[in-house]
Amino acid sequence: MIVEIGHYALVLALALSVIQTVLPFWGARARDASLMGIGPVAAVGVFVCVAIAFGALTWAYVTSDFTVRNVVENSHSLKPLLFRITGLWGNHEGSMLLWVLVVALFGALLAVARNMAPGVLRADALAVQGLISLAFLTFLVSVSNPFARVAAPPAEGQDLNPILQDIGLAIHPPLLYVGYVGFSLVFAFAAAALIGGRIDAIWARAVRPWCLIAWVFLTLGIAMGSYWAYYELGWGGFWFWDPVENASFMPWLSGTALLHSILVMEKRDALKVWTILLAIMTFSLSLLGAFLVRSGVLTSVHTFATDPGRGLFILAILVFFIGGGFALFAWRAPLLKTGGLFAPISREGALVVNNLLLATACATVFIGTLYPLALEGLTGDKISVGPPFYDATFVPLAMALLLLIPFGQALAWKRGDLADAVSRLLFVMGVSIVVCLAIVFIQRGGPVLAVIGLWLGIFVFVGGANEILSRSWKRGVPLSVILRRAAGLPRSAWGSAVAHAGVGVCVIGLAAQAWSIETLATVRPGQPAIVGPYEVVLTDSFSRQVANYREDVARFHVLRGGAVIRTVDASKRFFPARNTSTTEAGISTIGFGQVYVAPGDAGEHGLGVRLYWKPWVLLIWIGAIIAAIGGALSFSDRRLRVGAPTRGRRKDMAATNVPAIATVAAQ
Amino acid sequence: MLVAAVVGLGVLVAGAGVSHALQPGEVLSDSKLEQRARGISLGLRCLVCQNQSIDDSDAQVAQDLRRVVRQRLVAGDSDAEVRAYIVDRYGDFVLLKPPFNARTLLLWLGPVIVLLCGGALVLWGRRRARAGTPALSAAEQAELQKLLDDRERRI
Repeated sequence: MIVEIGHYALVLALALSVIQTVLPFWGARARDASLMGIGPVAAVGVFVCVAIAFGALTWAYVTSDFTVRNVVENSHSLKPLLFRITGLWGNHEGSMLLWVLVVALFGALLAVARNMAPGVLRADALAVQGLISLAFLTFLVSVSNPFARVAAPPAEGQDLNPILQDIGLAIHPPLLYVGYVGFSLVFAFAAAALIGGRIDAIWARAVRPWCLIAWVFLTLGIAMGSYWAYYELGWGGFWFWDPVENASFMPWLSGTALLHSILVMEKRDALKVWTILLAIMTFSLSLLGAFLVRSGVLTSVHTFATDPGRGLFILAILVFFIGGGFALFAWRAPLLKTGGLFAPISREGALVVNNLLLATACATVFIGTLYPLALEGLTGDKISVGPPFYDATFVPLAMALLLLIPFGQALAWKRGDLADAVSRLLFVMGVSIVVCLAIVFIQRGGPVLAVIGLWLGIFVFVGGANEILSRSWKRGVPLSVILRRAAGLPRSAWGSAVAHAGVGVCVIGLAAQAWSIETLATVRPGQPAIVGPYEVVLTDSFSRQVANYREDVARFHVLRGGAVIRTVDASKRFFPARNTSTTEAGISTIGFGQVYVAPGDAGEHGLGVRLYWKPWVLLIWIGAIIAAIGGALSFSDRRLRVGAPTRGRRKDMAATNVPAIATVAAQ
Repeated sequence: MLVAAVVGLGVLVAGAGVSHALQPGEVLSDSKLEQRARGISLGLRCLVCQNQSIDDSDAQVAQDLRRVVRQRLVAGDSDAEVRAYIVDRYGDFVLLKPPFNARTLLLWLGPVIVLLCGGALVLWGRRRARAGTPALSAAEQAELQKLLDDRERRI
């Protein structure tokens, strides 16, 4: 019964999304406020219905209802409650339901948020968001129904892929989806601006909070996915330039560019057409990511062709929105008034270079990800594009970008003074060089590229701190005044400083991996193996039965200078339901570094282990979290909450020219 | 996120616990040779995995390839000869860094082309915007000068 209610709610959501798409759009054209007023109601309705459907499927998972095919294929009654719930999105149908839930959530948030955008713009944006819900709901209801029953229910489910039975599955996909889908709303705003034929600083101000939310969640989602892969896949890598990772990284790069270009638009009324284009591209890349992961095209172009149903449907959605978005852009963008001429040496000039580098970096990842697919499709030749390609192409671009960050922060809007910026950065440069050299001295040297990377990370970090310092510190001013001044700075200034410092911390962590140490050893109990400054000793091994798996545990002591400082378990788990095993690395955190124990085969000479000492490895993810906190700080800025000035209803209908907060271009 | 790949594709990244990434038993006693073997291994793709090098992979194929690499090195091959030996048998697909040739021209030059085109576009946009901004007329110029002079006098 509950499952049927869920299925019914899904169909109802589909019907409501038609209303959400058609009526506000029509109302905006006919200048009919009551028609436009239906949009928010429908959007909330769609969300409530999808939430009911999601709740129903969750119920089926929690109660292990093995009459539902999706539950049979992905659950097991012995699984712990958390993994029974997360198993919902550990598969195709369920994850698409989560996707639609987030699309509908953003539609509802836009409907509820007041004063964020003027009437017609909001109505059109709601309509476009409704169209996105409509497309994916149609997909779910027609070819990917999560509520399908089985004729002969089995007594037990087939369990979830053991690798996914992890806390990571509870955190990573929801964060990532909120990020991906958050950009759908930015896309909806871009399409609405194109339909309305007007774009100004008010648009920028209405869109920026949504863009920030999406960016914050995407950042966290990618970081958590990376950490999950790091500890779960068991060979200590955290980024593999895998197509699936790239699929989430591309919208992040493009979204980061968008975040900066919106800023230029808000402050200087420039880069309008480019910002719209970026908004369309960012969501297109999100869709591309969904397509790449969900269609099976990645394994091989040929598997995609043999099982076309779902893949083709998602491809159709992809083509419709990307093609439609770009067609709308080509048709309407020439109507948008461009404006804003600016000097190359200025904050906005630096942001243009930032956008150029980010867009090129994004294009590089795009080419690297899709080139093998295209080549195989066209000629049948198979090539691999792996980490060495990105080391040669992406890394130089990223380094140039990092070098630019503190300069961009030090330059003033309109007409910056390079000499002044450099003199303000002398302190930052000095501090970062001294700290970097000190670290390298303590480590007794290191690879040149890693030293440069380390310096860049410190440079960006100190640059972030300097942004606050330079605006609050003055010689001779008492500390209390300085602190008060710093606290009084706008949240967006803090947000920018913290986010950039976070990037710096992340880069420091990445660079520090050049000093990581690896030891391969075959160990017997009591016999130490040395990894970096530590000794690792196998002390005990035993088996135990846990929930739905059996576990062989190897217990190690981590010693420093003969004293035991940590105990760490590495294990192999066997899942009888799927007849598969997983390896759980033992990880022990010491400061910001980690000792990583990857168990291998047990032989007659003992247990084979791969041991790593990874100095400062946690900084990679801590940096990402700090950057996300920066984004959240910026989001909480009062300027964004006050929003655009509201107009009287009558005036609103007439769509009069609102004096944009546009500033007169320099010169 | 490779983990997520498993969700999407149903491909098991980690094998079924039969063999593992480079094991102590496989290591050559000559540490110089071993270092070269590691370097080569990191650039070779495990054929049945997603973007994993044979050094990291648990798959049987990867273990076999690691063995081949070490055998060739012990036999006295140079690094390039080892790579050529493996590419001869498995094709360019096995190289994680694709070779630069006619088929990969766009792959390698693509980023450079995008950067140059983007840069040109920025310069062109600037020139156009400047051309579109009318210069001040003589009267406006005089007015501006007067304002500036006024200000200076007040200061």
